Amino acid sequence: MSPKKKSVSTWFSEYAVVIIFLAITVAAISPSKLSINYIIQEVITRLGRNSFLVIALLLPIYAGMGINFAMALGAMAGQIGLIFAVDWSVAGWQGLVFAFLVGLPIAILLGWVSGKVMNRAKGREMVTGYILAFFINGIYQFFVLYLMGSVIPIRNAAILLSRGYGIRNTLNLESVRQSLDTILKVNIGPFSVPVVTFIVIALLCVFIVWFRKTKLGQDMRAVGQDMTVADAAGIPVEKTRIVAIIISTVLACAGQIIFLQNMGNLATYNAHDQTSFFAAAAILVGGASVTHASIPNVFIGVVLLHAMFIVSPLAGQNLFGSAMIGEYFRQFIGYGVIAISLVLYAWKTRKAADNARSGLRGGASANGSLGANGKPALGDKNGKSNGESKGGRA
Amino acid sequence: MRNLKTFIQDFGWPRVIIFLFLVSLFVLAPFVGVRLDASFSDVLNRFGQYAILVLALVPMIQSGCGLNFGLALGIVAGLLGATLSLQFELRGIWGFFGAIALAAPFSVLFGYVYGKLLNKVKGEEMTIAMYVGFSFVMLMCIMWLILPYNSPTMVWGFAGKGLRTTITVEGYWLKILNNFLAIRIGRFFVFPTGLLLFVGFCAFCMWIFLKSKTGTAMTAVGSNPDYARASGVSADKMRTISVIISTFLGAVGIIVYQQSFGFIQLYTAPSPMVFPAVAAILIGGASVNKASMVNVLVGTFLFQGLLTMTPSVINSILQTDMSEVIRIIVSNGMIMYALTRKVKVTK
Repeated sequence: MSPKKKSVSTWFSEYAVVIIFLAITVAAISPSKLSINYIIQEVITRLGRNSFLVIALLLPIYAGMGINFAMALGAMAGQIGLIFAVDWSVAGWQGLVFAFLVGLPIAILLGWVSGKVMNRAKGREMVTGYILAFFINGIYQFFVLYLMGSVIPIRNAAILLSRGYGIRNTLNLESVRQSLDTILKVNIGPFSVPVVTFIVIALLCVFIVWFRKTKLGQDMRAVGQDMTVADAAGIPVEKTRIVAIIISTVLACAGQIIFLQNMGNLATYNAHDQTSFFAAAAILVGGASVTHASIPNVFIGVVLLHAMFIVSPLAGQNLFGSAMIGEYFRQFIGYGVIAISLVLYAWKTRKAADNARSGLRGGASANGSLGANGKPALGDKNGKSNGESKGGRA
Repeated sequence: MRNLKTFIQDFGWPRVIIFLFLVSLFVLAPFVGVRLDASFSDVLNRFGQYAILVLALVPMIQSGCGLNFGLALGIVAGLLGATLSLQFELRGIWGFFGAIALAAPFSVLFGYVYGKLLNKVKGEEMTIAMYVGFSFVMLMCIMWLILPYNSPTMVWGFAGKGLRTTITVEGYWLKILNNFLAIRIGRFFVFPTGLLLFVGFCAFCMWIFLKSKTGTAMTAVGSNPDYARASGVSADKMRTISVIISTFLGAVGIIVYQQSFGFIQLYTAPSPMVFPAVAAILIGGASVNKASMVNVLVGTFLFQGLLTMTPSVINSILQTDMSEVIRIIVSNGMIMYALTRKVKVTK
């Protein structure tokens, strides 16, 4: 690795996404005709609503597994918890705790499955996670649409479909609506701030900072740096990766509960569809990459992404006479940001690999396969050692 | 016995299970009052609709770019061709081939840029392809609203601008392939000869192409980039060619789909078209880096058979519509299975 040089151009390329995003948002504020106060209030609300979910992405990034697109698994666990909380009519913040306690074992189980699956697909964790989320979505739908009310007893007939089993498409979370936000709401100037929600988020940040310093956290970062070296150093690579995903899934479960208590409604069958998209877009907009992320990235990202989401539909309406243009535009930007960040990251990795190869001209064939495939070559190596260790155990 | 064992191992348990499931559905169908001839007709029809979209995945798999989750780019090119052919009032067989011809330049352009991009991100193609596809579809959503189309069949009647979400091709080139030499047996069974001939023709061309010099070079790049480079094959060039062909076939595929389905679906419709195609080729026995014509044809038939038969049969048995859930679990389960499978090289 070459020593870091902080010239203007490298600084720009590092923060390109943030700068472009900031420019677009600032440019869209005036045509949206929204007052600054309104925008700030909305951003505060959305910070409380989304930050927890975004923080859930951090640990897998430390562990070198990229963006955990399978975080929707945790979201689904949280939703099952909420369904039971509504069914058993546990109201208020106690309902949220209840939902989390119900969701927790499910999230741990799903996280374990997810970790196992990703260990089998080293080098392409992200795309596998994405498909895994779709797959588990099918099982979730089977569970909620067919088993709940028929096999799993549901006492509250009001949340069932009229045919007698399966949960309604939209679930009213009246009993727990904003119960976390309203425990203590403080008005600072013209803005109301949900203090307890922010305390919970702050506690999570403290946990992450503390966790990074523990043995397990250090192991995780070592695995993220280089799996082969970590393995040689005696770190249980596979297990560490599974733990990272389990924690991420559990956090996503809690995050989704916080998200939904703020929204007040649960779209039973598609609330989790966009979870990973919004979270991934947010953390990448905040300047994170697939390998590096920090807590500031989370908050910068949430503020920027959501400021833009607030202004763009109205800006589209006022500029082009169609709110749909703004709506499509914000989705385009969201997906585009993820694409660009992934491209920049892959580009850099490949350049580094190419440099390493040109430095070692001569042993071209051995290095070539590593250079061309980068991570997969490495993944294969680990895959083999994995197979051996499995054989040993059996 | 040993042969059967290795065959199943190669073919993979999920595929065997899906195959047996489909067979049992066909066996069960008459007992629950589902007409077999109508079902067969549906399966053949849907097979023809989707086969070329599935075929479009082959070149990129062969050249080592993985599963083309960015097939949406090709589909968008096809949508551009189709809408333009309607705009120019091309009808009948000229409309259909006109749409393909109009889609060609777009698909080559998109494929070229997309291929160049994928060359820069080797090893991460699949995730990036997916998000490039999504964001491009979203960009095109804006375009469909503001492009200056004005054919009254296509734009919103009220505003007089902006394309509708679904546009009928009736009166232009509806079922132009399906009805060509179609054989009708009884009331319920129609054999879509033209459609299947066209699919066969495309598959044959692809087969010939893979046997040609360029095709062989492409496969070499996919199987062993270093060996290919040592033999003087430019990996990047071959990969770009494969992406262009894939994108073009995606465009052709969607136009074939539309003439049979009867509607052009715009806006966010291209994104969900991609995953079923990927699932189909994997069910047919392809892996992330090897695919053949047999995989395409068998896979499309199995997957579409499953999609056609589950709603009718399962619904008759259980009195509920579980087909959607089964579709989600089967198609994504299959993709996941392929992604997590260790590739066996030695044989």
